[in-house]
Amino acid sequence: MIESSNTTDADHSEAIIAALRDARERQSAVYINAGGSKRHMAGRHCEAEELDVSAHRGIVDYQPQELVITARAGTPLKEIITALAEQNQILPFEPPLFGGKATLGGTLACNLSGPARPWGGSIRDMVLGVQMINGKCERLNFGGKVMKNVAGYDVSRLQAGALGTLGVLSEVSLKVLPRPQQTLTLRYAMSANDAIATMNRRAGEPKPLSGAAWLDGQLYLRLSGAASAVDSTAVQWGGEQLGDNDAPWQELREMALPFFTGDAPLWRFSVQSSARCTAQFGPTLIDWGGSQRWVRGEQSREQLDRAAADARGHVTLFRGGDRGSEVRPPLNAVERRLQQQLKQSFDPDAILNPGRLYSWL
Amino acid sequence: MNAPSPLIRRLRACLAAECIIEDDESQRPFECDALTIYRDLPLAVVLPETVEQVQQLLQICHALDVPVVARGAGTGLCAGAMPHAEGVLLTLSKLDRILEIDPVARTARVQPGVSNLSISEAAARHGLYYAPDPSSQIACSIGGNVSENSGGVHCLKYGLTVHNILAMTVQTVAGEELTLGSLGLDSPGYDLMALFTGSEGLLGIVTEVTVRLLPAPEIARVIMAGFDSIDAAGDAVSAVIAAGIIPAGLEMMDRLAVQAAEDFSHAGYPRDAAAILLCEMDGTQEEVAQHVDEVAKLFEQRGATSLTISGDEAHRALLWKGRKSAFPAVGRLAPDYYCMDGTIPRGQVTYVLNEIYRLSEHYALPVANVFHAGDGNLHPLILYDASDPAQSRKAEAFGGDILELSVRVGGCLTGEHGVGVEKLSKMPSQFSAQELAQFEDIKHAFDPALNLNPGKGIPILKRCQEYRALPARHQHD
Repeated sequence: MIESSNTTDADHSEAIIAALRDARERQSAVYINAGGSKRHMAGRHCEAEELDVSAHRGIVDYQPQELVITARAGTPLKEIITALAEQNQILPFEPPLFGGKATLGGTLACNLSGPARPWGGSIRDMVLGVQMINGKCERLNFGGKVMKNVAGYDVSRLQAGALGTLGVLSEVSLKVLPRPQQTLTLRYAMSANDAIATMNRRAGEPKPLSGAAWLDGQLYLRLSGAASAVDSTAVQWGGEQLGDNDAPWQELREMALPFFTGDAPLWRFSVQSSARCTAQFGPTLIDWGGSQRWVRGEQSREQLDRAAADARGHVTLFRGGDRGSEVRPPLNAVERRLQQQLKQSFDPDAILNPGRLYSWL
Repeated sequence: MNAPSPLIRRLRACLAAECIIEDDESQRPFECDALTIYRDLPLAVVLPETVEQVQQLLQICHALDVPVVARGAGTGLCAGAMPHAEGVLLTLSKLDRILEIDPVARTARVQPGVSNLSISEAAARHGLYYAPDPSSQIACSIGGNVSENSGGVHCLKYGLTVHNILAMTVQTVAGEELTLGSLGLDSPGYDLMALFTGSEGLLGIVTEVTVRLLPAPEIARVIMAGFDSIDAAGDAVSAVIAAGIIPAGLEMMDRLAVQAAEDFSHAGYPRDAAAILLCEMDGTQEEVAQHVDEVAKLFEQRGATSLTISGDEAHRALLWKGRKSAFPAVGRLAPDYYCMDGTIPRGQVTYVLNEIYRLSEHYALPVANVFHAGDGNLHPLILYDASDPAQSRKAEAFGGDILELSVRVGGCLTGEHGVGVEKLSKMPSQFSAQELAQFEDIKHAFDPALNLNPGKGIPILKRCQEYRALPARHQHD
């Protein structure tokens, strides 16, 4: 077992429980914060007193040969990635680090994954277990540190994308993977719709594809895996070879490309990978082999919802714009009722991140 | 003859006569799933032919406060589909159509009664397949796979059911339709698809599933290696992972399992080995050649006493045949066997297997071990004679000890078979009272009257008496 020796590591879970209990007694809601990197993205604006969990950090257990790491939720991802790199392992979902501020708990709560997501899975796919504190201030453990576990409901995965509205995450166990032996990027000039067709065709071939994105008239395909497989695929697929420089993919993952700068609203489409791009909404960036598409600019929510439905998916106002209104698409009455009842089962007094996911949740 | 009950009258109004089974004799084939020690007969077995009928049936049962137990192909191994004596057994086997295959987006939209293997068969002409492959894949249904979050021998690389589905349509206990997931890779709001997967029919009824299809690998090859100790085989497994290789499958079998499988299938397994490993590599031609080379060297360095690398596809199939027929092969050694399903950290395998051998002596019951070594999922097969009540009791106690051992070393009660009736009483060994209460609260959020598959999956304890005076419905005496 490899234990972290970082002097800032500490178990602050008792303090978190005490603070939550205090808030609950005062009937006061909390906004859970650690690194603060995602405060203005992913969810709605949340008016509540801050519950700072950033001191609750540190790797608790890392067993490289088990392919499992467990860390406290406030641990910066950067620290986890550094520890993994020493053992030649990676987080396969390539999460954004947001200048080193992103934490494990926040990343799971927002379900954020990078360009490898369609092939390497999301953090939702890799989570094996969580320790969390629900709205009743109970410390609960679900899942575990093993690859397969079907005892009880999968409460761990349910935390992905719940934006902290079901509990304060305390510890997270994740599946990790070996670092691919070799990585190589190919580039092709083509239109958005040609790129979508090409991404889907290539993803249907048994080759070591690990990234497929389109921006500014260029399709980028990334290959990762055994050196022999990467090299032979690159020869077969042609295109301009950009070598093993991973910087463009890191900039994409970190939203550091010029496309993402500025205050214009940033919309995230999560759609069927093969859906055609209708190009009526201004600047567009396509990632995840066609499944995730970013659009910039002031838009009519109704028009975007219609376009997303046509593409068999949904659209979220990811960053900027009006964050006091709903940022996610409307749900029907049955969906809404079940989401509310589920929320109440974890947080009957509605003290955890109220309104962050939906105004009514 | 008595007049039909209001339930039966309404079922008859909803379904064709041949889709309702009321008499005990015709119900017998439905009295249990593949874990045959738990049996019961329902008020009626219903076999709807359309999703609308499923909705209507749920509405009827909801109105009359009647329990509903969903059943797919009945291949489950935890009595999750055992009928409820006061309820209706909702069998989804007639909803068996593949509705759509999209070769470009690489998805298949199917009804819940479609068999796991038939999805891959239908996708094969596009060079695609559905990755999760439980041993029962010829028979088991995708709806059942979703309910149990089924795995198979290729989970380490390709994941479980939850990693390979995109969307599903479910019916609530009141018969309201709901779409979970999407054709994108996530959905707004809580991830109810993750919550429903593996929920054993306790939260809703799955009536349609959209699965992800993967490109079929160019080639797959398997290495079989014999070892003279469990320890050496366990070390070899760790060495493969440490070398940065994720095999498509990595299986271990111990001596008794190897001998039984060899006698049954003549796959060429080394009968004298204490354990064998089967390690499959798949991918591009070049990658597989590279990894086969590396793994063969690792196994030799770790003291493999024999080494066989599959030549052609027929040879590969033969090497797998032994493993895939291990359960029936072991089944020939005794009148009955009891299959366990704990998952443990890989590093604990030597300790756990030695403990299992010690327990085997203690209970005087032989045990054969089949192990998904890649993901730590252990299947000890306890041999016993079910017609001998003393042996049955011992087998059950032995199994319980193995599950508690799995939890004690940092693992869990069940890796892929589910809790069902079988492991219900063991849940407190893995979960605290507060954790069990949270499960119960989740159940209430979806099924307040506790009518979906009562008595399975999660223990219903404290609120049972409050909500209704029917403790027997939840398997509590």
